[in-house]
This record gives sequence, C-alpha cells and structure tokens, in this order.
Amino acid sequence: MSQTLTANKVQAGTTEARWIRRSLIGLALLFMFLFLVLPLAAVFTEALRKGLDAYLEALKEPDAWSAIRLTLIVAAVAVPLNLVFGVAAAWAIAKYEFKGKSLLTTLVDLPFSVSPVVAGLVYVLVFGAHGWFGPWLQANDIKIVFAVPGIILATVFVTFPFIARELIPLMQAQGSEEEQAAIVLGATGWQTFWRVTLPNIKWGLLYGVILCNARAMGEFGAVSVVSGHIRGQTNTMPLHVEILYNEYQSVAAFAVASLLALLALVTLAIKSFIEWRHAQEIQASASTPPEQPAH
Amino acid sequence: MTALPIAAPAKRRVPARVLPGFNLTLGFTIFYLCLIVLIPLSALVFKTFTLSWDQFWVAVTSPRVMASYRLTFGASLIAALVNVFFGLLVAWVLVRYDFFGKKFVDALVDLPFALPTAVAGISLTALLAGNGWIGQYLEPWGIQLAFNPNGVVIALIFIGLPFVVRTVQPVLEDTEKELEEAATCLGATRWQTFSRVIFPSIAPALLTGFAMAFARAIGEYGSVIFIAGNMPMVSEITPLIIIGKLEQYDYAGATAVALVMLVISFMLLLVINGLQTWQRRRSGASS
Repeated sequence: MSQTLTANKVQAGTTEARWIRRSLIGLALLFMFLFLVLPLAAVFTEALRKGLDAYLEALKEPDAWSAIRLTLIVAAVAVPLNLVFGVAAAWAIAKYEFKGKSLLTTLVDLPFSVSPVVAGLVYVLVFGAHGWFGPWLQANDIKIVFAVPGIILATVFVTFPFIARELIPLMQAQGSEEEQAAIVLGATGWQTFWRVTLPNIKWGLLYGVILCNARAMGEFGAVSVVSGHIRGQTNTMPLHVEILYNEYQSVAAFAVASLLALLALVTLAIKSFIEWRHAQEIQASASTPPEQPAH
Repeated sequence: MTALPIAAPAKRRVPARVLPGFNLTLGFTIFYLCLIVLIPLSALVFKTFTLSWDQFWVAVTSPRVMASYRLTFGASLIAALVNVFFGLLVAWVLVRYDFFGKKFVDALVDLPFALPTAVAGISLTALLAGNGWIGQYLEPWGIQLAFNPNGVVIALIFIGLPFVVRTVQPVLEDTEKELEEAATCLGATRWQTFSRVIFPSIAPALLTGFAMAFARAIGEYGSVIFIAGNMPMVSEITPLIIIGKLEQYDYAGATAVALVMLVISFMLLLVINGLQTWQRRRSGASS
C-alpha cells in the first residue's frame, strides 16, 4: 500500500500538474497555429479568392507553365548531381579515417550557412560579364549567368549539403562491418555498394532527396540573383510568384504559390511516411530473435 | 560485372583499408566541393582585393549599410530568442505529453523547411498587412506587424522554428527518467527538477538550435523582402543591400558587403560545430 503511494508520488514528480500540462499544450498549439497553419491556409484561401475558375485560369497562363517547366528542369538536374555527391562524400567520410576529415565535413556544411544572395553573387562574379570567365564566355557565345545554367548552378550550391548531411551520420552509425564482410567474401566494390550499403541507407537517402528537392524547387534568393528575371525564359516558380505579386496580380501569385505549398505538403507527407517506415523496420529487427536469420 | 581495378580479389590477407573506393569517393568529393563551393567563394575574396582598404571600409560602413546590419542582426537575435522559448515549448509538448493530433503537429514543425521562402513571405504579408486576416484586427489598436522591422522579426521566427525544435527534441527524448525520479525522491519540486536536472542536459542542444536559427536568419532573403517594406535605413536587410548594389552594377560594393556576411556566417558555422561537439561529448559522458 505505502509502496504504491510512493510510486504515485514519484510518477507525479516526473510530470506536471494537469493544468500546467494543458496550458503548455495549449500555448504550443496556439503558437503553431498562428505561425504555421494560418500562413499555409492563407496561401490556398488567397489563391481561391475569386473562385476556382480564376485559379485555374491563372495556372493556364503560358508564363506560369514555362516557370513550372523550368523549375522541374532545374530540380531534375540539381538533385541527381547532389545525390551522387552526397553518396560519395558520405562514403569517404563515414567509412574511412583520414587527415582533415573534420575540416572536410565543415566545408560540406558551408553552403547551409552562406546567405542565398551571396551564393548567387559568387556565380555572377565567376561567370558574369565582368567575372573571371566573362570575356571568354562572351567570345564563345555561352550564357551561364542570367540563363538556365546559372540557375542550376545556384540551386546546386544552396542544396549542396542536403543529402550528404543525412547520409554521413547514418553511415557512421552503421559502421562498415557488413561491407567488409561482403568484400572478404569476394564481392566487388560496386556489388557491395548496391547490395549491402544501399539497402541499409535507402530511407535516409530518400529523406535527403525529398528535402533537397523541396529546397531546389523553392529556392528564391540565390536564383533571383542569377536569373535575370526574363519572363517565360529564366523565371522559376518562386520568381514568377514574386513578379505576379509585385504586379498586384494577387490571385495569380497565390495560385502559383499554392502549387509550391502543395509541394511542401507532399514533402512533409513523404517525410512522415519515411520516418514511420523506418521506425517499423527498427521495431521489426528488434523483435526478431538474433539467432534466427531474418528471412 | 564491372571491372573495377580497386577490388583486387586475389588478396587473401585483409588489409587495413579493406573497403574499396576511398580514392574515388574522396577525390570526387573534393573535386565537386572545389568546383561548386570553394572556387566560386574564393572569387568573392579575390574580387574584394581589387578594392583599396579605404574603398572597402567605406562600402561596408556607410550609414545605410550599418543600419541594415543593425536590423539584420537585431531581428535575427530577437527571432532566434523567441524560437528558443517556443521551440523548447513545442519540443517539450511533443516529447512529454500525449494529445490529439500530435503526429500531425510533429510533421508540421518542418513546414518552414519545406515551404519555399517566397511563398512564406507573401502569405505572412497577406495575413499581417493592414487589410489582412490578422492585420485588420490589429490596425485599430495601432499595431503594425507588416512593412516595418516587426515584419522582419516575424518572418525570421517562421524560418527558424524547426531548427530549435529538431535539435532539442532528440535530446529530450534521451533524457533519463530515472534522474528525474531520483530528484523527486530527494525532495525536489518539479520546477527544481526542471531547472537543475533537465535544463542542464538540454542546454547544449538549445544553444546549438539557437545558433542555427540565428545563422539562417542572418542570410534569409525570400521570406523577409515581401513583409519588410524595404525602406532604406529602417527596414532594409543586408542581403537586400547586396541585391540593390548589384542592380546598380556596383559589383565591388556588393562584393564587399557580401564578404562581410560570408565571414560572419563562416564564424557562426565554426561556433555551431563547436557547440555540436560539446553536445556530443556531454551526451557521451552522461550515458
């Protein structure tokens, strides 16, 4: 009897009184509602302010279409490039010890802390008319800045660390025993990667890819510096939103913005799904008795 | 079958570096890093060297630029502090309590990571402008949250929220309940347990989250420019100064200000790395 009483007391001591719990939850939810739910709701409400027809009309506009197309192209180039880099960097950093490793890890993170505007500016300095390669590029009639290649480069820069950052801690935690076993058993390097490493990191990889993709499609600052804002040619969706908004075409601006908001929601949904699957797999492998093989 | 020269199958003895691909992956990593990040960033440094020291100093300390530093750093600091408070609150509620819709709220925390900044900018403006959803109720009271420095702070709070939540949350999940039980058994009140047992163990994570939110806020552009009003000397952030100089073809001036920002963000990156190492050591020592 007295034992259960003490237990209850201890239980009460490791959580809060009910009114405190409720007000903390309430305050947190209020904050989330004001700062996250309302802005999200505002995008869709403003887009549909003049009805569904006006909304669809705004999306049918040729300039909107070319912005959507350019955004897809940019992401389709930038994400695979950073995917290859992310896997290579994670392999080098997680599987080996070498001098300067922590410096390399810091440098991989660098683009995260550089302002997007600065990221765009450096490409103007390298490839712009007054830049390092400017005269040569002009002589050979190659356009990089204020054209699609510049937009892709700036996007690659700002999304540079996304996949590497997901993979490095994951591969460090997993160690390299399984890969070593595969190599000792006679597998080639590629076989080991495809059959051993990739299945182990697939969720982390997918996680990095969708975050990288969301940022690649939504990047504004860096792309804004290098794009030149040529309507129908070098406008990505976020830049098109800005132009429409500044022309007081509110419904059209929010209509294009709503597509980007949908992209964000889909990204969050996939992200939650990956976390759920990952947790399930951990549970499944924990409940399997270790002496029995998994299959 | 790929004929990869590094996987020499004839070797029976396991060498120290048994996994193949070190040269390939490290070589590619360094090559790509130089190509995309280091060489372009060095262009910034070299371009600044074309200025004399006096020119540089005038460019980075003109009154308008100084005003933008004050706004950018002040607003980022306030926003990061607000995020520390509410980020801890949200992380605490998500880890410790059960309530309806918790999974949904947890997923929603990452919205600022996923939502393009320009979209966040125009929708916050739509909410807070004088005729907006929230703005219309505040205007009669003389409270203006858009088109002035208040708007900058609000946009930066939005941008920085996930950083604090996502760094504190895992640490809070790992704190040992036994310690809290011990504290209670020894007669501590709940507040004493929080401030003396729980808080010290999450403080490094909280500080890391603060530094990350602050670093991100300093460079932020997309969400801020719509809501800030962009008045020179009042609500003009430093990244916008760079854009403005570029549009006037003042490449040297833009580069000089950009270099100041780059140096600051690099120092912040080093601080964050140091904090993370400290945090790892702390959590490693306690377990």
